[in-house]
Amino acid sequence: MAELLTALFALIGGAIGGVLGVGGGIVFVPALAIILGEPQLQAEATSLLAIVPVAIVGTWRQHRHGNVRVRDGLLIGVLAVPGVVIGVIVANAVSERALELGFAGLMLFVASQLIRRALRGEKPPPAPPADSS
Amino acid sequence: MPRDRLIKLATIGIAAGAFSALFGVGGGTVIVPLLIFWLAYGERQATATSLSAIVIIGAAAAAGHGLYGNVDLGNAVLLAGPAVIGVVIGVSLQQRIPERVVSLLFAALLIGVAVELIVP
Repeated sequence: MAELLTALFALIGGAIGGVLGVGGGIVFVPALAIILGEPQLQAEATSLLAIVPVAIVGTWRQHRHGNVRVRDGLLIGVLAVPGVVIGVIVANAVSERALELGFAGLMLFVASQLIRRALRGEKPPPAPPADSS
Repeated sequence: MPRDRLIKLATIGIAAGAFSALFGVGGGTVIVPLLIFWLAYGERQATATSLSAIVIIGAAAAAGHGLYGNVDLGNAVLLAGPAVIGVVIGVSLQQRIPERVVSLLFAALLIGVAVELIVP
C-alpha cells in the first residue's frame, strides 16, 4: 500500500516536473521520508537519483517542442558541479532535523513564489531570439 | 558568449548545484525564475532548459551522495518508473493549459507537506 501511494506521488511529481521545469524532487523527498519512512538525508539522496531519468525524458520531450536551449543548459549543469560538492558535504555534516526544517522552509518559499507569480499573472519578458546551438 | 551572460549562467549553476545536493531536489526552483528574470527567458524555454541542466546536476549530486552511501537504489527505481510517465504527461499538458492553475495547486500541496515536516 505504501509502495502504491509512493508510486502515485512519483507520477504526480513527474507531471509537476514536466509542467514547472523541476525534477520532481520537491515531491519525491517528502514521499520517501513521510510515506516510506526514509531518514531525510537518505530520502534526499534517493530523490536525486530518481530525478535523472525524469530530467532526461523531460528534456527529450521539450526538445521536440523546440524549447531547450542546449548550450545554456549544458553550461548551467557543468558550472553547477562545485555547488554540488559543497551541498553534498554540508548535507552530510548537519543534523537530520536541520535538513528537515531547511527542506520545509524551501517548500514554503517555493509555494509563496508560485502563488505570487500566479496571482500577479504577469507575462514574462519576451524571449530573445533562440541561440544557434 | 558575452562575459556578463557567462557569469550569470555560472551563478545560476553554482546556486542550483548547492541547493540540489543539500535538499535532494534538481535545482529547477532556482534555475527557472533566474532564467526568466536575469536572462529574459520565456516560461517554456526556462522550464525546458532547466530540465536539461538538471540531468547533469542530478547525476553529479546522486553520485556525490552515493559516495556517502545514502542512495537507496530500490526506492529510486520505484519513484523513477511512474515519474517518467508523469513527466511525459506534464510536458504535453504544459503546451496547452494555463500555468497559473498548476502553480496554485502545486503551492497548496507544498504548504501541506511543509506543515507535515515541521510538526515533529
